[in-house]
Amino acid sequence: MAYKIKESTCVGCSACHDQCPNHAIVEKNFVLSIDPTKCTECIGFFSEPQCVAICPIPRTIHINPDVPRFQMAV
Amino acid sequence: MESGEQKTIALLRVMQPAGQENGGKGCGSKGSKGKSSCGSSAGQGDLSPEIWEKVKNHPCYSEEAHHHYARMHVAVAPACNIQCNYCNRKYDCSNESRPGVVSERLTPEQAAKKVLAVASTIPQMTVLGIAGPGDPLANPEKTFRTFELVAKTAPDIKLCLSTNGLMLPDYVDRIAAMNIDHVTITINMIDPKVGAKIYPWVFYNHNRYTGVEAAQILSERQLLGLEMLTTRGILCKVNSVMIPGINDHHLVAVNKAVKSRGAFLHNIMPLISAPEHGTFFGLNGQPGPTAQELKLLQDSCEGEMNMMRHCRQCRADAVGLLGEDRSAEFSTEKVMAMEVDYDLASRQAYQEKVEVKRQAVVAARNVELATLAGERSDISILIAVATKGGGRINEHFGHAKEFQIYEVSTAGSKFVGHRRVDLYCEGGYAEEDSLETVVRAINDCHAVFVARIGGCPCEGLKAAGIEPVDRFALEYIEQSAIAYFREYLERVRSGEVEHQQRGDADIRQGALIA
Repeated sequence: MAYKIKESTCVGCSACHDQCPNHAIVEKNFVLSIDPTKCTECIGFFSEPQCVAICPIPRTIHINPDVPRFQMAV
Repeated sequence: MESGEQKTIALLRVMQPAGQENGGKGCGSKGSKGKSSCGSSAGQGDLSPEIWEKVKNHPCYSEEAHHHYARMHVAVAPACNIQCNYCNRKYDCSNESRPGVVSERLTPEQAAKKVLAVASTIPQMTVLGIAGPGDPLANPEKTFRTFELVAKTAPDIKLCLSTNGLMLPDYVDRIAAMNIDHVTITINMIDPKVGAKIYPWVFYNHNRYTGVEAAQILSERQLLGLEMLTTRGILCKVNSVMIPGINDHHLVAVNKAVKSRGAFLHNIMPLISAPEHGTFFGLNGQPGPTAQELKLLQDSCEGEMNMMRHCRQCRADAVGLLGEDRSAEFSTEKVMAMEVDYDLASRQAYQEKVEVKRQAVVAARNVELATLAGERSDISILIAVATKGGGRINEHFGHAKEFQIYEVSTAGSKFVGHRRVDLYCEGGYAEEDSLETVVRAINDCHAVFVARIGGCPCEGLKAAGIEPVDRFALEYIEQSAIAYFREYLERVRSGEVEHQQRGDADIRQGALIA
């Protein structure tokens, strides 16, 4: 139900942080991570996930395989 | 070639006392060819008193000021909203010296403390810029918070920012309200088809746009932002990266477009594309221009508006005079431990002394220039100068990390660029033969002025056709250049030397290791 930031390639620019409509991205000492309980994959907000759209490093923000995909409550 | 009449006009303009010329705005298209005396390059020239007041102590807006005044950048803006093919967003190498790269990022509070620490240590530091390492306006809260803090504690420091322009129209009012009176916009194209080769994407209005559409959005926003700023009387410099085969010829059209929208100064910079930087252009073998290709383009735009030629393409955390980097003295750890006593009065007293020195440089140049008044010649030569600042020839040949390049003709002397000659990493190894490096970098010059030089490099330079000159050691650069040129003309006339055109030179790239 969320995106995830690959720490090994993230440059810590924090561009994603300010774009998240759910405030799901946490920055601690210039290290960024996505709170999977808050991330909605931008469904219901925007046509594309904002963090992925602004991230300068390809394949750094990807679907988190450890949690199920986000579902809109009916 | 300039006619005698034009020469006299140029001479008169240089000799004109400050504040005597037109009270209009900027130096735009006024005058015939006298841009060497205007804005970016020499003193007040035909600038209005208000504009002169804004630029005179700004090293990035006045070539003359850059010999005397320092600037600092604080890296509070890491996020960016576009991707450029000449940029790679990795900033983990402290040995890299190029825009977009920093070794430490700061919070606004840390940045404000650092500004005070630097300003107390370097009294000639007059300008604070925010240039990244991303885009300041993609980090608006961090950027404006930093300016706010600094304006409170160090009100004498000029604030400026450098942006890609995408978000500029949204922030023009805020920029004006904060008294940020210098803004630099990087504009590499006005034709989206050209732009599509430079920008793979932009992030705008919650979408990632690519191709021509991305470039079109960027271009429209840049030009709109520029117009909005100049309408409010904010000085705008336009930076353009010269990318041979992609936008080199197109930059003439860019120059006209930004001039017509009121830009004050145009800074055409060479592409930095060393493969080890990992940029798209670097990895794909896109070359940068040679020194003469760059100069030719700058010369061809100069009739239109002021050209900046002293840009060092510095990092987003640079500190010091242009061409030097003292950022290592001001690491976050050191700054936080410093006890800072911000003494405005002593800073002003120091700057008054700098002003006296600076006036002396101009006066000496003008006296020397008067001796060329009767000369008629089509010859113009380039001279490389080893200097540590202050407008004097005060660096040893072997210690120079860069040479400043002056063009001299009967119209006078003019700063036309600088060449890096520091050692640099190439696949992990430093270069062996530094003399060869220097010769390649200044190969288009007739002479090199130094404070001192050893016998061995002296012979090597002569063999390459570049005359090493140490008899002007510690003297003023421009005064000496004119004196040398007068003697050179005499030597040509007497048949002692035959005037020949010099070849081209390399613009050096790569990470600084010194």
